[in-house]
Order: sequence, then C-alpha cells, then structure tokens
Amino acid sequence: MTGKRIASVLAHRLAILAYVVFALFPLYWLLKVSVTPNKLLYSEGIKMWPSQTSFEHFDFVLKHSEFPTFFKNSLIVSGSTAIIVTVLASLAGYAMSRFTFRGKYWIVTLMLLTQMFPLVMLVAPIFKMLSPLGLTNSLTGLVIVYTAFNVPFATFLMQSFFDGIPKDLEEAAMIDGATQFVAFRQIILPLTLPGIAATLGFVFTAAWSELLFSLMLISGNDSATFPVGLLSFVSKFSVDFGQMMAAGVMALIPACLFFLLIQRYLVQGLTAGAVKG
Amino acid sequence: MASHAAARNGGARRDQRPLKKRLADASAPYLYSAPALILIVTVMLVPLVLGISYAFRDIQLLNPFSGGFIGLDHFKTLSQDQNFYRALKNTLWWTGWSVLLQFVLGLILALLLDKPFAGRAIVQALVFLPWAVPSFLAGLNWAWLFNPVVGPIPHWLFSLGLMSEPYNILSDPQLSMWGPIIANVWWGIPFFAITLLAALQAIPRDLYEAASIDGAGPVQRFISITLPFLAPTIAITVLLRTVWISNFADLIIVMTNGGPADRSQIVASYIFTQAFKRLDFGYASAIALVLLALLITYSMLIVILRQWLLSKD
Repeated sequence: MTGKRIASVLAHRLAILAYVVFALFPLYWLLKVSVTPNKLLYSEGIKMWPSQTSFEHFDFVLKHSEFPTFFKNSLIVSGSTAIIVTVLASLAGYAMSRFTFRGKYWIVTLMLLTQMFPLVMLVAPIFKMLSPLGLTNSLTGLVIVYTAFNVPFATFLMQSFFDGIPKDLEEAAMIDGATQFVAFRQIILPLTLPGIAATLGFVFTAAWSELLFSLMLISGNDSATFPVGLLSFVSKFSVDFGQMMAAGVMALIPACLFFLLIQRYLVQGLTAGAVKG
Repeated sequence: MASHAAARNGGARRDQRPLKKRLADASAPYLYSAPALILIVTVMLVPLVLGISYAFRDIQLLNPFSGGFIGLDHFKTLSQDQNFYRALKNTLWWTGWSVLLQFVLGLILALLLDKPFAGRAIVQALVFLPWAVPSFLAGLNWAWLFNPVVGPIPHWLFSLGLMSEPYNILSDPQLSMWGPIIANVWWGIPFFAITLLAALQAIPRDLYEAASIDGAGPVQRFISITLPFLAPTIAITVLLRTVWISNFADLIIVMTNGGPADRSQIVASYIFTQAFKRLDFGYASAIALVLLALLITYSMLIVILRQWLLSKD
C-alpha cells in the first residue's frame, strides 16, 4: 500500500468521523444536560460530561408535569394516523399498481399536486371547517387532518412495494376461483409486510413531529400533543433546562425506535418517493 | 394463427360478460382508491379552494361581523407591507443557503458512504439519525446549543475569538437567521445523502473500471460518469426540496419565532403568525396565495429550463 493510498483512506475515515460527530453531537448534548443535576447545571455548563449524574429531571417530568398526558395523546394520534393511513394507502396503492384505468392519470396528478402546495395555506380554512363540527381541540380532528396529509406519499410508497411483487401470484389464485380482493388480502398483503412496516414507520414519525396544525387546532393541555406541550413548557418555564431536555429525550425515543425499524427501507422508500413525488 | 383466433375468441367472450360483472370490473380500481381520494378531496382540496376565497374576504376569527367580500383590499395592503417584503427577502436567504448547504454536504456524504468500508451499516444508521428527530425537537435542541447558559457553541466561538463575549446569536438581528439555517442543514443532510446514495448505487460499476483502464483519474471519472448519472436525481430533489424548505416554518417558529423584530421571519412563518396570533385568516390566506403563485412560477421556470436544456443536446 503506497503512502498516497493510506492518506486517501485516512482522509475518507476522518471525513466520515466528522459527519458522525456533527450528526450526533446535538443529541449527545441533549442527553448530557438531561442527566446533569440542577446544582451542577451552571457551574459545569459546558463540560463534556458532568462530574455527577442523576435522573431527577426525568423523575420530575414523569411525576409532576403533564408530559405523560402529552405523551399519551401523541401516541394515540400518531398510532391511529399510521394505522388508518396504511390501510387507505394499501388499497389505493394496489389500485395504482395493478389496474390500468381512465382516472389513474388524474388521481396521480391530484396526489402529486397535494405534495406541492404549501400546507400552511390550509391552516385557516381547516380551522374554520373543523370548528363547527367540534373537531378543534380534539384528537380525532388531528387524526383526520394528519391522515389526509400523509395518504398521498404513503400511496406512492405502497405502490412501489406492490410493483415489486409478480402479478402471476394473484392471477394463479384467481384462476383457482378467488376474487381479486381475496387474492389481494390473502396473498399479496402478507408478502408486502416489510413495505407495510416501513409505511407505518414513516407516517408515525411524520405525525409525531407535526407542529403547526396541532398548535393551531389544540388549545387546552388535555388534548395537547407532545410538540405543543413541550413548546408551551419552554415558553412558560424557560429556565428549567434540565427538565425541558429530559422531556426532549422522551420525545426522541419513539421516533428513534421507529427509525431503527425502518432504517433498512429508507434508501428504497425515499428513492421511490423522490422519483414519483 | 390458432392463438390469434383464441385471443379474438377470448375478446368476444369478455364482451359477453353480464353487464353487472363488467360494471364491477370497471369500478374496482375506483373502489380501492375511493377512501383515500374522498379524504384528500375533503381535507385538502376543499380547504384549498376555501383558502383562495378567503384571500378576497374579510375573515377575522374573533369578529362575528367579518366575512364579507372585499375584493383586492388584502393585496393592496400586502403591496405596502414592509414586513412582507422583508419576509420575502428572508425566504430567499433561508431557502438558498439551506438547500445549497444541505445539497453539497449531502452529496459529499453520499460519495463517502458509496465506498465500502468496515462498519458502513452502523455509520449509515448514525449519520442518518438527525432525519428521525422531530423537527420541533431539532429546533429546540439547536436553540439550546446556541444558548450561552447551557449550550457550548457561544463559548467555543468566544474561545476562537469570533465573539467578544459568549452571547446568543438567535437574539442578534444580524445573525438570527443563521441559527435556523444551521439547524435545517443538520436536519436535512440525510435526505439528500439518502436519495443521492440510492442513485449512486444504481450506476453500473463496470463503467468506472472501463474508465480507469482508459486512464481516467478520479476527478475525470466523477465529472464524466458520476455527475451525468446523478443529474436527473439532483434536478428533481433540489426542485422538491426548494419548494418544501421555503414552506418549512417549524424551525423558525420554534427557534426565533421570527424575531428579533421580524428579522428572521420568512413568508411561511409570517402566514402562520397572521393566522395563529392575529387570527386574521383573510390576510393570512392572501399572503399564502401570493406564496403559492411564486412557488408555481418557480417550478414552471425550472421545468421550462429543463426542457430547453434537453432540447439543446
């Protein structure tokens, strides 16, 4: 191995290391402050690791704040959204993948269009539409809105997974007398399980992160989701850094779990999404 | 010949299906996509149309007497709104720098990850992790890093002599925009890296081998093989990301809330402020309509430019 080659390998590893540090440092800092006891927070503010650690902030957040409620609300909203979107997107994605029909072009255009226009434009009209129905300040209202926002992308995603499954499979079943829907449910869906898991993960993460619409539609603490709760906590008690970051670490956990789950499909899924929508 | 007859025969037989069965077959794809379509139309298309109508009406949430049509009044106010022009300028700044830095750093990361090395799978999971962080949390996390009380960044800049004393750049009118931009770059690099990596891995490897046998150096190989192959992906991701980022208000709302003194307000966050804080839905919709028109114009220009470049070849 020549010197030049060693140098290029070394530069490559160093560059990779720089990216890893840049990606992880903010999250590391979040974790570090969340386990720093209050008395050391200011004296050891910029040390890389505190001389003592404690879970007092987590304890306080879990027992004396409303974060468990926010966490539960977010879990309900994101979980229901993910499940409903995946069901709707499987059906629509199957239609896009297996049928040629006259309206297909228009449906694809409509779905692409919804990916283009600014969602912030819909904040005011959606509030006006949901408020007479009693769906503002309600988790159901949020689930409806998030479901609609996520269905187009999820449909393209599911379509690309269906496209990867040979047509002969359900044709064989239909020759044996099954209807197409039975073939879809009993043969094609089980084969698409990895795709379904990826779609669930994508949608869950998207709903878990959404901020603008839940800020606009939710006003009370009872049905606040995690982002809204954390933000109001920040503006009210902006000095309790340890508690805020402990809450932040908690908000990170479900998103990271889902990320690890869908990580393998990221390249495949985003490519499909980027090319089509 | 026989198969031809069979096909024709099959065609004829299909026409003899009972009307009910034919109708059921024709409607099947629509039935599969109906639930998704109904939802998209009622929750996205109807509000879009309503929103466009709001732009020409006086709609204030707390004022029961509002609601009348006022023609172009909102747009007249808008044409003299200095805050709007500043937000427009900030949008260009915010979108331009965010997309440029995300793209360049994302491309470099994708090229680094395209080379096989030990532990690549783990490294890939780690560098893509910021993408999984909820955007509001990314904003808060960076706001804390910039805060001299608990964050290290002001102290580092102070030690490097770049700051006279450790202070928060988010409250500096000249620099506040850079806080959300840096957070956005951190958060968005994985998107570009993932899409470009997928495109890189689709390039046939023998092309590179052939080129190195012909004596092409690494730079030459990059310019004559990698870039042309990546070009379509780059074009579409940059276009989509530009539109998306110019609408992306979360980080700004969380980190600076447009402040100090509207210095980091972009059009999207300005719309949200008008709707959420002032409850002036009419004016908010008028601004949103202008933003939509600008984004459509931008997308059209890019598409026309692409057509022109393709026809030149």
